[in-house]
Order: sequence, then C-alpha cells, then structure tokens
Amino acid sequence: MDTVHSPGETELLPADIEAIRREFPVLQQEFYGKPLTYLDNAATTQKPQVVIDRLRRYYEQENANVHRAVYSLGELSSKAFEDSRIIAQKFLNAASEKEIIFTSGTTDAINLVAATFGRANLGPGDEVIISAMEHHSNIVPWQIVCEEKGARLKVIPIDDRGDLILEEYEKLLSPRTKLVAVVYISNSLGTINPVKKVIELAHAHGVPVLLDGAQAVSHLPVDVQELDCDFFALSGHKVFGPTGIGVLYGKEALLEAMPPYRGGGDMILSVTFEKTTYNDLPFKFEAGTPNIAGAIGLGAALDYVMSLGFEKIAAHERALLDYATEQLDAIDGLRIIGTAREKAGVISFVLDSAHPHDVGTILDHEGVAIRTGHHCTQPVMERFCVPATSRASFSIYNTFEDFDRLVQGIRKVQKVFG
Amino acid sequence: MDELRDLYQEIILDHNKNPKNFHVMEDATHKSDGHNPLCGDRLTVYLHVDGDRITDVSFQGSGCAISKASASVMTTALKGKTVAEARELFHKFQDMLTREDAAIPDLDEFGQLAAFAGVREFPVRVKCATLSWHTTMAALDDENKIVSTE
Repeated sequence: MDTVHSPGETELLPADIEAIRREFPVLQQEFYGKPLTYLDNAATTQKPQVVIDRLRRYYEQENANVHRAVYSLGELSSKAFEDSRIIAQKFLNAASEKEIIFTSGTTDAINLVAATFGRANLGPGDEVIISAMEHHSNIVPWQIVCEEKGARLKVIPIDDRGDLILEEYEKLLSPRTKLVAVVYISNSLGTINPVKKVIELAHAHGVPVLLDGAQAVSHLPVDVQELDCDFFALSGHKVFGPTGIGVLYGKEALLEAMPPYRGGGDMILSVTFEKTTYNDLPFKFEAGTPNIAGAIGLGAALDYVMSLGFEKIAAHERALLDYATEQLDAIDGLRIIGTAREKAGVISFVLDSAHPHDVGTILDHEGVAIRTGHHCTQPVMERFCVPATSRASFSIYNTFEDFDRLVQGIRKVQKVFG
Repeated sequence: MDELRDLYQEIILDHNKNPKNFHVMEDATHKSDGHNPLCGDRLTVYLHVDGDRITDVSFQGSGCAISKASASVMTTALKGKTVAEARELFHKFQDMLTREDAAIPDLDEFGQLAAFAGVREFPVRVKCATLSWHTTMAALDDENKIVSTE
C-alpha cells in the first residue's frame, strides 16, 4: 500500500485531481466521520458544480416550454435545449443534429429502437444478436419484441476472462440476423469490447449495430462516424449529467424509415381525426414536453468532459486501474471477476470469506461506497458461477488513496469474517 | 463501529460459519424457496409438521452472513413450536427489526434471535434477516411459489 506512483506525461497530476475533486460538492462530505470514497461510478457519476449551476440557472432564468412559445423567455429555453443537442452531436461526432434524439436514458433509447426498428423489421424466424455480458436493459427489450414477432435472441458467448468470443459471433451472423445489439464497456466486468470489429463483421452481412454506450461515454472518446455504428445509446447521469436524460444516436436514413415511438405533442406536424403527419427528425421521436432542464444539464456535463479531454481522463483511469488491480490481486482470498485484455473503470471481485453484501456494509462504515449484487447482469453472474460480486468502479475524481482505503476496508472485512 | 459490532455479533458470525440444520430434508411436509434478487440470496426452507407442531426444520442455499445466520438461528428456534407459535415469533422478530419503539427482547425470552436486534440500524439489511422467515411462512401457508423480497 506504500507503492509510490509516478505520473506520466499526459496524466493528471495530484494537484489537478484535487482541483477536479473540488468541483464535485458531493465528494466533500464525510460518512461515519470518514471522507466519502465514492467507487460506484458505473451506477451513477457525481455532478460537477457547473452542471448544478446550469440546472439552477435554467430554472431561475430560462424556464418555459420549448419549441412553441412566441415570447422571449420561451426562445431562451428553446435555444438552450437545442444548443445541448448540438453539444451532444459534437460529443458523439454525429453527422447531423437530426440524429440526436433525447430520451430519458439508455434504457429508454434501447426500448425506442426495439419498439420501432425492431417491430418494423423483425418477423418469425428472424434473429437479434446480443452478448452474454449485456445489462438487463439490452436484453429484456429484445426479448419482448422477439416474443411478439416470433423472432429469436442469439447470444455471443464470453470466455473466462470476460472477452467476447468473436469466432462464435461470426458463426451467429446469418441472413436471419436483423440487428446486433452489444455493450461497448461492460458494467459488471469492465471489458472494453472490440466494437469496431463487431460492427465490421455485422456490416459485412448488411446488419445494423446498436451500441449500449452507457458506461463508455465517461471513459473514452466516442466518434459514431468513425465507429460506423448505426445506433448508440447513452445516459446523462453516467457522464456527470442529470438523471432522467439520455441520447439515442441513430443514422438519419434508419431513423427516417422508422415508425414513431410514442404519440403526442411535439412529434407531429399536423393532426386531424383522419390523419396525423409526423414531425421531422429528431422531433418525430420526442413526444410530449421533454426533460428540458435535463437536456440542458447534459449539455453542460458533456462540455465539462470535453474541456477535461479524454486523453487525460484515459491516462488517469488507466493508472488507477493498474494500481487497483495490483493492490487487490495481492489480497489473499480475493478473486477479480473480469480480466479482459482491454478494461476500463470497473473492478468486480469476490472474497472467499465474505458475501458481497457483508463486504458492502462494512466498507460503508469506512466511508467507502461500492456496489454489491448482480449489477443488473444476472447472466454474467451465472457465467462466472457467483451469486453476486462486489464492484469498485471509478472515474476522473478518484485517487490512489481511494483504493488504499478500499484495500484497508477489505482487510477489515477479512478480520471480521476471518 | 459500534453499530457494526452489534450487527456482526459472535453469534451471527458463528452461525454463518457453521450453520445449524443446513441440509436438505427428504421427508419434509412443507418446503418453499426464498430469493432476494437484489443481492442474489437464495434459500430453501424444509419443514416437517406433525399435526400443528413443527417437529423438524432445515434449510439450504447461499447468501450473506445475515441471511444465513438468521436462517440457522430460526431453524433452532422453530423446532418443537406449534405453527401458531411460529407465526407469533415471526411477528415479534419482524417488529424487533423494523419498529423503532419495539422493546429489544432479552435473551431468556428470545434466545439467540435477540442477536439480530442490531439489524434495525441497517434498514437495507432487514430483508436479509427476514428472508428465511418469509420463506417459512410461505411454506406453512403451503404456497408452492418462490418468495421474493422485492
């Protein structure tokens, strides 16, 4: 635990991390008289002051419904809302802001694609390919639509390290495949999937690909055009933004061809009892008053991440991952679940002597917040023959000391259950 | 730290390590499965009921220390009780875990069940301590379904 870490060139210095930490009010708190060590970033990230201030400014100075007001206040809110869409477009490097649909989160975005693209394109005997490391939100929507349409779900297996078995994936692709939906970074194993390869192989069969980017967007730069993915789903709250807002990116031609998701205001051009004409993209998929404040807060969050720069974020997180893996590996009776070749931000582990739930309670009393359970990936737990894991997931504001406190806490658990 | 010590008492740690009546019961008259989907705890409770008396209790499964120890202590507490007494004990146990104003029963009256009084300070862990009890009540009700804490 006394390992001295010397930062590399692109890495954030301790003083930089201190400055970043000061921007997150939640991190200034103590629990049980100990500083909060927040290691549950895969569940949700904390919010920097700029995001909190932006939400406050919206409600104090700009609140009005969007898109229809003729008064100045309404222009302010509409502009801020649409500006955020452009920030999201820039963040993902989408070709057009028409391709950025605001949703309530990743789950909503995937459900949108399942309910529209899925319903329109799946028939009896057709197949959707997902992977064995999907979050329940990228399993259940496909099960629902497959059941409705008589289609089948095919699952890419993973190996003992937690890597996709690409040879098996290639065997699954066939003329029956109508969509591939896979996670970019696994929330329970930390695996960074070779999504570019996954997409290339699918496209060779003319099959579009949806990426669940919920975990990815806070760890690595995403360029949807370079990836050439067809859909990309993200949640604002996992990238320092508010809860209840997310983005679905979709290629314009695909979105144009898809039927609408929910009916209501804002998604129409004209309504009579005989016929309704749907609005243009992206509004066709945004029925009702949107989460205006959330979208604007998300814009502030994405600006914040871009200002930090992914090169620095990645270097810092890589150093944290190496340090944490080494420290945890050195603990007798601890086994890391998920040792993929490329990993980001997540370390799942089990202890011989204690159940994850007991680990979580004891660590909480050390001020250390980790997640315990199945992390909404029950098939992954089954694959690794564990009922649950403890998971430490980190972000830009975490420090080497955070992992020292985690390790001390684990030693305390082992003492109690010795 | 004191709260933690109250939670993980020696009695609980012992029962977690060496649970009593931890086996399948071949001639059970009642049986039920319990599941806490949040933490993955799963257990099966077996009962042998003769008339209105519980003559034998056992359990199997995996879970956290609190759920395992609670199941273990429960099996020792219920053996020889009538079904009505078992139900009453369950309500007292539940009160002890959830009601602020509930008096903490002394060891004479409550035996080792009193060791779980500390769980009251950990609301998210109450489900762990009561899973085996809910499962037992379902078995007695002859509900042949999986009991879930959610």
